[in-house]
Amino acid sequence: MGDSNYSKAYIQTLIDELKTSKIYTDLQCAAQVEIAKPTLRLSELKKGVLNGLVNSGWDRKLRNAIYRFLQTHPKLQFPSPPPEHLKEPLVFLRKAQQAWEKRILKSLNSMCTDLNIPLARKRPEKEQKEWAQKWTELGIDGPDLSQFRPVYAPKDFLEVIIGLQNPNYHGSDTPGFYHLWGIVQVPLKVKDIDELRLQYSDMSINQCQSGIDDAQDIPSELFEQERVKLGKKVINTNHGPLAQEFSKKGCPTSMRATLWCQILAVELDEIDILYYEQLKTNVLQHDLLVDSLLYKDVKLTATNDDQYFVFEDFLYQVLLPFSRDTYVLNHFDYNSASPPKSYIRGRLGMDEFAVNYPPNGVIPFHGFAMYVAPMCFLYKETITLYYVFREMYVRYFFRLHSISSHPQGIVGLSLLFESLLQTHESDLFFHLKSVGCQPLKVAFKWLVRAFSGYLSSDQVLLLWDRVLAYNSLEILAVLAVAIFSFRKTNLMKVQSYNAAEAVLADLTTLQVIPLIQLSLFSK
Amino acid sequence: MSKGTKVPGYMQGKGSRNPRGIIGDREIRYKCSLQNTILDVLRGRPGWQEVPGQNNIPQNVQANPKQQGQQSTGQQPSNTGKSGSGSTNQGTTFGNKGSVRNPQQGPGTQPGVPTRLGFQSIPPITRNSDGDWDFYWCDREWLAQNYDTMFLYEHQKILHFRNHYELTRKNLMVKNLKRLKKQTERELGKAEGQSFEFFPTTYELPSEYHIFVEEFKKNPGIIWIMKPAARAQGRGIFLFRRLKDITDWKKGEYQPLSDPNREVPETYVVQRYIENPYLIGGRKFDVRVYVLVVSYNPLKVWLYRSGFARFSNTRFSLDSIEDTYVHLTNVAIQKNAPDYDPDKGCKWSTQQLRKYLCAKHGVEAVKNAFKGIDNIIIKSLQSVQKIIINDKHCFEMYGYDVLFDSDLKPWLIEINASPSLTASGKEDYDLKFGLLNDVLNVLDLENRLTGKEKRIGGWDLLWEDGPILADDGNMECTPNGTTASIPNSFLGCHNDRKRQLRELFTAAQSIKKS
Repeated sequence: MGDSNYSKAYIQTLIDELKTSKIYTDLQCAAQVEIAKPTLRLSELKKGVLNGLVNSGWDRKLRNAIYRFLQTHPKLQFPSPPPEHLKEPLVFLRKAQQAWEKRILKSLNSMCTDLNIPLARKRPEKEQKEWAQKWTELGIDGPDLSQFRPVYAPKDFLEVIIGLQNPNYHGSDTPGFYHLWGIVQVPLKVKDIDELRLQYSDMSINQCQSGIDDAQDIPSELFEQERVKLGKKVINTNHGPLAQEFSKKGCPTSMRATLWCQILAVELDEIDILYYEQLKTNVLQHDLLVDSLLYKDVKLTATNDDQYFVFEDFLYQVLLPFSRDTYVLNHFDYNSASPPKSYIRGRLGMDEFAVNYPPNGVIPFHGFAMYVAPMCFLYKETITLYYVFREMYVRYFFRLHSISSHPQGIVGLSLLFESLLQTHESDLFFHLKSVGCQPLKVAFKWLVRAFSGYLSSDQVLLLWDRVLAYNSLEILAVLAVAIFSFRKTNLMKVQSYNAAEAVLADLTTLQVIPLIQLSLFSK
Repeated sequence: MSKGTKVPGYMQGKGSRNPRGIIGDREIRYKCSLQNTILDVLRGRPGWQEVPGQNNIPQNVQANPKQQGQQSTGQQPSNTGKSGSGSTNQGTTFGNKGSVRNPQQGPGTQPGVPTRLGFQSIPPITRNSDGDWDFYWCDREWLAQNYDTMFLYEHQKILHFRNHYELTRKNLMVKNLKRLKKQTERELGKAEGQSFEFFPTTYELPSEYHIFVEEFKKNPGIIWIMKPAARAQGRGIFLFRRLKDITDWKKGEYQPLSDPNREVPETYVVQRYIENPYLIGGRKFDVRVYVLVVSYNPLKVWLYRSGFARFSNTRFSLDSIEDTYVHLTNVAIQKNAPDYDPDKGCKWSTQQLRKYLCAKHGVEAVKNAFKGIDNIIIKSLQSVQKIIINDKHCFEMYGYDVLFDSDLKPWLIEINASPSLTASGKEDYDLKFGLLNDVLNVLDLENRLTGKEKRIGGWDLLWEDGPILADDGNMECTPNGTTASIPNSFLGCHNDRKRQLRELFTAAQSIKKS
């Protein structure tokens, strides 16, 4: 480890975290097993135990655990920043996020009063049994959802983002002192194309890629066979960083499931299985209002989708337990959003009676289920699917619906999209702007859903390969630009917003990897 | 073979006409008895003309021959039956008057223009004015009524073989398969017979009732499925576990024999039910595979790379065997399910399915599973190869229904000779439109191809008197030597038919010129 890069406090947190986690006791047990071995010499006790741990694969596991910590905990620039700075350093964005949360909560509450439904209720014994029985086929007769509407849709969220203003730039009354071309008016630093080229250099055109060079009409001995051979080696080492590096050129279809697990450090043991069962029990015992929202969302999106309708039941089996999972709360340490609070009846406003609602602190919006849907193609067991999704959410997806200054946050991605399009397709951007169609208005929903439900499922997986491999969501903005470039000829002819939207309505035929290459490396 | 016993008209006019049966430079005249996608395809084909008149009404063979001079279209097949080779001349005369289409009129002429009154017909440039159509997408009933009496010219193409039911009736299909299996075991040994283990134990009822009961008692507790042999689209199917269920049914079905008004009891097949189907998202599905046979002797088979998987509407479980909806994946039956949503269609493309299976089981396992489907196709066609009355005018597009079990082994459920061509949605329409267009490309009435193609649009040549390999010739070039025999079969692979066709036609043109 390059010690110099990490502060003492950071390493201390890491050690503390490791000590409280299961791997600590596991390591201890494994060390005891090593000590008990008769071949061990007393004089070389330490060396012998260490070698033993390396040989039995524990060293890999420890490395993976540390790597996981590094990935999920941002490096601190200063020794001890206040916690709210960890969430979001810019005050005005923090405030905007809080205001947005208030709005969501208000609309959730008014739905409760309008429909006369409690936020949560305990299910009667009989109903619990019923639910336990139909757990694997929850889609057959769900609750009556005609009254429910999604709390918000990407469109509403875009309005909020458009309205963001940096007060430092608008101190005077003179308008247009600092005015960006696009609709996002928050000046954040975003990468330019050269930086992106460097970052994604493994995707350049002279490199063979899964998703292009393994197409069926290309003889497999040219690329695919070697790729699969290498992939098997990588999987055998079971080392997160290695799997991540390998995935930079995409995962071969049959290895993706394992590689993703390794990158995300998802390795199921009995405790995880037990934990999921507990979450399931929680679902059976209590009926939450968010359940209906999740139900509604699945019905509106996945059930109506040609590719995903098959997985309707899987989605319930993942989403409902997810809403009960308090582990998810941890990610609010570095998420600008905060979990909504609800108070026990009659104790409104008293902090000691406050509970997080829903227990995981995430209120679903229209399209939320689509974060899970593509992964149904990877995992047959709901439990693996659950943990991979949970990890994907707390690492990446949460950024797509909270306001923050993080370069991978939705504001940063929107801005990156606009600035790339302005710089490299200026004529197109200008044309669309002048006919009243701001490009972001079309692209925003793609970004919020990480393109899930817009592209065909295999393309979504190829795209998410790169999100995982480069540990960054910036690729989403690059792809959005690429799609605009690709359809440029037609877009230059449109004269209205609706026409532009029609040109970009169907993305299911697109091949994402060549498109990304095109926009990153061809100019 | 059957040729000796039956000499229909088409056998006799041989040799007197252009051997290749090329239509020449006039438009291609077609008839179509269906109103769905196929009609759109035929109408959309440049240079093709619909034969005006009654397309949908099956023609009456007994039509008075005297009227034929005046009454023009649609009756041509009937006048040939009575006079063998003589009909050539006769036919020409009739045809000249009858033929409405004349080249000068061009494709602008609308179908439905009055055909008999005041229309001075000019003899077409080509000789083939006798048959008033070149291509007929007919229904099976029409063929059954008219085939034995009709006269076909070299170039004419008609859908269906005379006795297609040998493969599509469930009882006959099993009978034929059992026979070929026995023959294979006799000639090549038991091991070779293993390759026929793709249809579940099946008996014909009532004829094999007693053997069935014996088998039933040997395997208590397993589930059986009962299907009417001749009905389609999942009608009349039910499952049972106890013999009592079927004795009740037997009474109901066979008792009325005493009733003189009722005909002989309907033939059923009873089949061991596949209890461990492969499930996706908890649902059962079957795969529709399109197969085109252009000749039975030699056997020439094309396999279409696209198709679809149909999902059952509800989750699979063996607890409720009364619930027909769970067990059958036929869209026709599903339509009656209480919560059927027509927009959804419950379909995946075969490409989608293959991708899914690849992700779950790896490329090799899926390759093997799909190889199993190739085997099903070839074996089933071979089982009737000697029985089907071969006729070079005939072709057949089969819809195979295949089910995977949880070990990814494919099972043959049934074969349809008239797979549904009605589209359930846009994607389905695009699939069927491409499929049918490519059928016409394979048949190549326009004579644009060389006849040596291994792939035409979405169709891959699977068998021509023997297996076809994906790449022949440069086998020694492969570094590891393992790819020596890749079959030319690409079910569920990428289907870029338009691009392929463009390249194909360009290449064929240049070959022909040189």
